[in-house]
Amino acid sequence: MIPEIGHFALVLSFAVSICSATFPLYGYFTRQQGFLATAKPLALLQGFALTVSFGVLIYGFLAHDFTIKYVAANSNLDLPWYFRMSAVWGAHEGSLLLWVLILSLWGVAVALFSREIPVHMSALVLAVMGIIGAGFLAFMLFTSNPFVRILPFAPPNGADLNPLLQDPGLIFHPPMLYMGYVGLSVAFAFAIASLISGELNSMWARWSRPWTTVAWAFLTLGIALGSWWAYYELGWGGWWFWDPVENASLIPWLVATALMHSLAVTEKRGLFRSWTLLLAIAAFSLSLLGTFLVRSGVLTSVHAFANDPERGVFILGFLVVVIGGSLALYAVRASKVSESGEFGWISRESFLLFNNLILTVMAVSVLLGTLYPLLVDAVGGGKVSVGAPFFNAVFVPLTAILVSGMAFGPLSKWREADDPRLYRPLIVTMIVSVVIGLAWPTTLGGEYSIATAFGVTIALWLAIATAVDFVNKTRSFGGVGRTFARVERGMFGMWFAHLGVAIIIFGIVMVENHTEHRDLRMGVGDRQQLGSYEVRMTELSVLRGPNYVADQATFEIYWGDRLYKTVSPQKRRYNASGMVMTEASIDPGFTRDLYIAMGEPLDGGDWAVRLSVKPFVDWIWAGAFLMGLGGFISVTDKRYRQRAVEKQTDSCVEGAKA
Amino acid sequence: MNPKRKQRLFIILGLVSGLGVAVGLVMYALSQNINLFFTPTQIAKGDAPVAQMIRVGGMVADGTVDRDPQSLRVAFDVTDFDHNVHVTYEGILPDLFREGQGVVVQGRISGDQFFASEVLAKHDENYMPPEVTEALRQSGKLDQIMGVETK
Repeated sequence: MIPEIGHFALVLSFAVSICSATFPLYGYFTRQQGFLATAKPLALLQGFALTVSFGVLIYGFLAHDFTIKYVAANSNLDLPWYFRMSAVWGAHEGSLLLWVLILSLWGVAVALFSREIPVHMSALVLAVMGIIGAGFLAFMLFTSNPFVRILPFAPPNGADLNPLLQDPGLIFHPPMLYMGYVGLSVAFAFAIASLISGELNSMWARWSRPWTTVAWAFLTLGIALGSWWAYYELGWGGWWFWDPVENASLIPWLVATALMHSLAVTEKRGLFRSWTLLLAIAAFSLSLLGTFLVRSGVLTSVHAFANDPERGVFILGFLVVVIGGSLALYAVRASKVSESGEFGWISRESFLLFNNLILTVMAVSVLLGTLYPLLVDAVGGGKVSVGAPFFNAVFVPLTAILVSGMAFGPLSKWREADDPRLYRPLIVTMIVSVVIGLAWPTTLGGEYSIATAFGVTIALWLAIATAVDFVNKTRSFGGVGRTFARVERGMFGMWFAHLGVAIIIFGIVMVENHTEHRDLRMGVGDRQQLGSYEVRMTELSVLRGPNYVADQATFEIYWGDRLYKTVSPQKRRYNASGMVMTEASIDPGFTRDLYIAMGEPLDGGDWAVRLSVKPFVDWIWAGAFLMGLGGFISVTDKRYRQRAVEKQTDSCVEGAKA
Repeated sequence: MNPKRKQRLFIILGLVSGLGVAVGLVMYALSQNINLFFTPTQIAKGDAPVAQMIRVGGMVADGTVDRDPQSLRVAFDVTDFDHNVHVTYEGILPDLFREGQGVVVQGRISGDQFFASEVLAKHDENYMPPEVTEALRQSGKLDQIMGVETK
């Protein structure tokens, strides 16, 4: 009975989404306030219906309701409750339900926090989101319904959740990532709404800016969590693999990053308007493309679920409608956008243009590398794969160019060509970072690494330049506390995020160039040197977990003569599926992680063992966390809480000045 | 031309040439870094280039996995049930590597051996890499394998 409630709520939300896709549009074109006013209540109803539906599926998992096919396929009596919760989004149907739930929650947020936005505008935004929701709900109901039941002969036990996903990382990674992916639909909806209404001034940029920033922050955290999960759960210690699915999340992230910066120009200066619109459309379209790539299984990837082609065709069709429709609208309307205002060759506008150019090139190259195997296959060129060397060859130099601009950008001023004296602090910054950067590899021992020297220089250059900007601006505003409390939270967001980039680069440079890594054969009593530590295997045992049996090796790590730590990595075999999983032991540290994992049993009772020291690897995720934090701080900026009237007037003033 | 138009023209020219150069470099990097895929049959016929990084997909042939007792060196045959490729690899094999399981190996041909630098077996037992499916389809053994799997 209860699953039917979930199913009913899902059908109801589909009906609601069709209403919210059509009523406000009808109201807008016939100028009937009554229809426009339905947008917000419908969004709330939509959120409610999907919350009920999602809640029912969670209940199905917690209560072991194996009459639900999806539960039977992805759960098990032995599965601990927290993994039964995360199993809800552990496979195709449930992750789609999470997708539409999050879309509806973004809709609820827009309905609640858009009081200062004109009614017709918020109604159009919600209508666009309704169209997207209707498409995805139709997809779910017709091809991937999570409430399909196995009656009357339900299995006594479930098939179990893929062991790879039985991990705390998976509890948070998909919801975060989806918050980001789907959050980009709000910026997209604002762009489409302003294209429909023809109000292509910079107001839409001001409205959609905080939404874009929040979505970007979630996307950043989601990608970072995914990378962290890959690091300790499936990657054998790697943190990024240029897997198509990772790329599918990185591409929208790059475009969203460009969008955030371009929105700033559009809001403050009224420039780049049509470009910003295009980026908003592109960012969400690419996250839809990402969904298509992941769900259709056209690409070889760890994320590819066993799949059926019908689904791929449906998403592809939806993709064509959404992207084609919005680009067609853009083509018709964008010519009406008037660009006004000039800017100097060396001004903040130029630097942001530069930022957009580089980020776009990065996004296009990753997209090209990801889709290239598909294109070649489609024209009959056979199966090819594009590996990490390609992405590294393209990404590393572009990042270096981007970062050099990131040091100048914040110091620059809007509009006019700057006084060169503005950039004087950067000369000292440059000297300091080059000196430390060149000296750094010599402290590491071993062969001198030019790549490390270069990378550390770049990271320092950005970090110091950001610090210089921080000191200058907070001083001119009268201290850090005052700046934070009264002046510009957006600035703090930027400083955090840029510092985060510097930290990530430093982490990547160190871990990529100085990881010590050995695959060895070890038995009980064997000792191996690992960096400045000695690792001894002391015991091999067999352990019984709630739903698996594990071979466990115990290692003692010595630092000199002192026992530093005892760790016990495992090799688990999950009962229900028979799948084998590696549980690595990681000793995290500020300057290095020690990574020990069991490979496979060898003859004579020995094991293949992987030992690694990964310098500064945690800085990668710490930096990403800072970036996300920066995003959240910047949306608390009080100008986003100003009343609409004030905004109207100061944008007029700004227009007049321009 | 007024200065505003002139600036816009320069920006557009800059963007176009910048993008052109970028796309050129990307295409070059791409052409240097793609790995072509071959089936065991193609390799047996000598269609695959020697000493170039390629990928081979198929099933791990039963009873061929041979481990060196001293090191982490391992040898096995990858088959499409018409022909076998003898693969040598040193290192830790993926968790799902097993006889009778689909794998994709990346590496180089040297003599009559294939030296793998990477062995990929996917983390879902029911999931077959598209390359392997393709190899089996070409050798006409796909239905047979699928039949066995569903039993």
